[in-house]
Amino acid sequence: MADNNVVLMQGNEACVEGALIAGMKFYAGYPITPSTEIAEISASKLPKIGGKFIQMEDEIASISAVIGASLAGNKAMTATSGPGFSLKQEGIGYAIIAEVPCVIVNVQRGGPSTGLPTSPAQGDIMQARWGTHGEHSIIALCPSTVKEVLDVTIRAFNLSEKYRTPVIILMDEVVGHMREKVELPNPSKIEIYNRKKPTSSPDDYMPYKVKDGDIVPEMPSIGEGYRYHVTGLVHDEYGFPTNDSSIAEKLITRLVEKIESNLDDIVEYEEYRLADADEAIIAYGSTARSAKSAINLLREKGRKIGLFRPITIWPSPKQQIEILAKKVKRISVIEMNLGQYYLEIDRIAGKYTNVTKYGSVNGELISPDEIISFIEED
Amino acid sequence: MEYREFRLTGSGGQGLILAGIILAEAALLEGKNVVQSQSYGPEARGGASKAEVIISDSFINYPKIDKCDILLALTQKAYDKYIDTLKDNGVLIVDNGISLNNNINNINVFSIPILNTASEKIGTPMVANMIALGSIQAVTDIVKMESLEKAVLSRVPKGTEELNRRALNEGVGLINNRKGTLNYETC
Amino acid sequence: MVSKLIDKYYRTDRLPHIWCTGCGNGIVLRSIVKAIDNLGLNKDDICVVSGIGCSSRASGYLDFNTVHTTHGRALAFATGIKFSNPNLHVIVITGDGDCAAIGGNHLIHAARRNIDITTVVFNNNIYGMTGGQYSPATPTGDKGTTAPYGNIDYNFDLCELAKAAGATYVSRSTIYAANMIIKQVEEGIKNKGFSFIETLTICPTYYGRKNSKGNAVDMVTHLKDSAVNISAYEKLSEEEKANRIPIGELYKRNRPEYTEKYESMMKLF
Repeated sequence: MADNNVVLMQGNEACVEGALIAGMKFYAGYPITPSTEIAEISASKLPKIGGKFIQMEDEIASISAVIGASLAGNKAMTATSGPGFSLKQEGIGYAIIAEVPCVIVNVQRGGPSTGLPTSPAQGDIMQARWGTHGEHSIIALCPSTVKEVLDVTIRAFNLSEKYRTPVIILMDEVVGHMREKVELPNPSKIEIYNRKKPTSSPDDYMPYKVKDGDIVPEMPSIGEGYRYHVTGLVHDEYGFPTNDSSIAEKLITRLVEKIESNLDDIVEYEEYRLADADEAIIAYGSTARSAKSAINLLREKGRKIGLFRPITIWPSPKQQIEILAKKVKRISVIEMNLGQYYLEIDRIAGKYTNVTKYGSVNGELISPDEIISFIEED
Repeated sequence: MEYREFRLTGSGGQGLILAGIILAEAALLEGKNVVQSQSYGPEARGGASKAEVIISDSFINYPKIDKCDILLALTQKAYDKYIDTLKDNGVLIVDNGISLNNNINNINVFSIPILNTASEKIGTPMVANMIALGSIQAVTDIVKMESLEKAVLSRVPKGTEELNRRALNEGVGLINNRKGTLNYETC
Repeated sequence: MVSKLIDKYYRTDRLPHIWCTGCGNGIVLRSIVKAIDNLGLNKDDICVVSGIGCSSRASGYLDFNTVHTTHGRALAFATGIKFSNPNLHVIVITGDGDCAAIGGNHLIHAARRNIDITTVVFNNNIYGMTGGQYSPATPTGDKGTTAPYGNIDYNFDLCELAKAAGATYVSRSTIYAANMIIKQVEEGIKNKGFSFIETLTICPTYYGRKNSKGNAVDMVTHLKDSAVNISAYEKLSEEEKANRIPIGELYKRNRPEYTEKYESMMKLF
């Protein structure tokens, strides 16, 4: 018999488990299929551990309350799906420029608009990257199993605290709603990252100055005696608005670079049967599961094919994809859209190898048979 | 390698998703790999409902089911819609109120009074899902009865344990009572 | 000489402010600070949250915990802050466009929850920051850059809106009656619940100029002449009420506060 730490768990449930292990103390959300279980389970669990749950009046209010809660010192999360994700883009931009850690889950469904509310899709890949306004970088993680939802959620909180930036978890309806075996980790053995608090006195505190050797400025909670100003305007190291072009350039560049120059730390991926492969599939989320099944069957037929699966979707694993591209004669990007991540892969790999794509937008998870036909046909 | 695919179908409100979860948990208790998923329409009650369970002794990659090994259908609508998704030599368990069509060659059919047993014998249509689970266990032996009981008791509301245990056993009985006439029922 | 209030509560290195000559916002801001001083609150325990617009720039000038948020969302951010740390005194500074148009939904629901936030609306009847477009508080018939032939919308009665939505303290005053603002902000902060304080201020640059309302003094005089204390207002005939605005404490009620209700729910576990 299995031990007590092995449970049957739904993806959305695993997301809340992971968030609680990471130290989530605040959830604000608005009901939307197929993410609603994340709100429901948070509503049930948070009051029991001294955490706060609030159902806000809309999606924008939810992300706004989450940012407010984070400024007040709580690790905070919200979850939504495509249409709500669009509304949250306003707040995501604010969290980027004001450097407020928070986690935004998007359980992707068919779109545009109300689309196919109960069916899976991966149509928000580019929305996650470029959905908010202005120049920015973003971290987006994409789990493929229920256990990985748990792990990735912990990691999302850790990265958001470490880099003081919103982190997006891009799930899809399949991963969000399916139940499978999860071995619960021992929380005491998991590394949890908490935002760095200021060590200087309030008089010497410069809220947006990065100390030597640090990645981001230190961050006190509202009410701890460091009375500083938070704004969505371009601001100087004291936190106050400015139109100074050199300060603007420096700030926006720093916000992008703190992510883009730490790819080694941020980028996570899986390589499956790639060691001897002369062709590769790139897939992520639930689609990667179909790809693995397809690869196993194709291998039986003698093809040397493997899978590269980005877990960190943004920033993309450029270096690893480049190495792969130089090695294989073909890369096929398989996704539940008509070629969004393909654009990124082709940009990176197109000059080294043949990059092809297969996508669908019919609300069904792409099957191994479809992938096999595509690979064998071309 | 064991790899079995179950599709439980009926109408919304019949508790088929719960039945799928319980079946998956029972398999999990025996150390197997499972994936349970569902598809649903916008209605909470009525409409078509479908729960799918894959049970395997190795890791399950593709989490969906195309053709299934075992199909349960509790309504005519569900039967009509899903009968063609059953594999050759698959197992069909249907409520005996459902009229079967002629295209069911090479299928093992168990037509049993699931809904009637729930409402008449046990006294509530709510337990039809548990009767169905019992019948699935008896036909397939995919999990031990002990595991299934344990999974049921951990999922059902407090105070309904005995009722659900009874329903589960009724389901087993519906199959075992027919064991002697199996050839009759097999098309 | 810098006044003691400015010295104590303003970020003097952030001055001068961006507001135009004749703008009424400074009077409202001083009144808020004076109320805080009268109550003797600790600066570290105060969080001022603002949205976007002329009035919302106020947060940057104040030496409290200050959060200058996105357009219309001050109350939603403030809800996250207050709910996270109920010990804070959370004061929202907002304008008529910020809180009644783009932020209207958040106003309604913050009031409905009766969360302990004191909201002070600087109502200047116009979008000033963007250059004089009509707002939900621009009187029907008045002009704005987007209402060149006169505004055909009906304007909101913000206090009635807040009252209907569930606020437990609702008041209105004008920058002419600055002492009344001070008193109302004090009462609003003391009220354990959602307090809504509308202050009628002036925008000579856009609203005044577009509508031939004269200079700042003329506009303040007009506010003085049209505002009537609520007790006197109620005795007026319907005809007399037409061109008058009731000021004073308009509405008070007792109702359990949101974060306290949540705290008591947590005690169940």
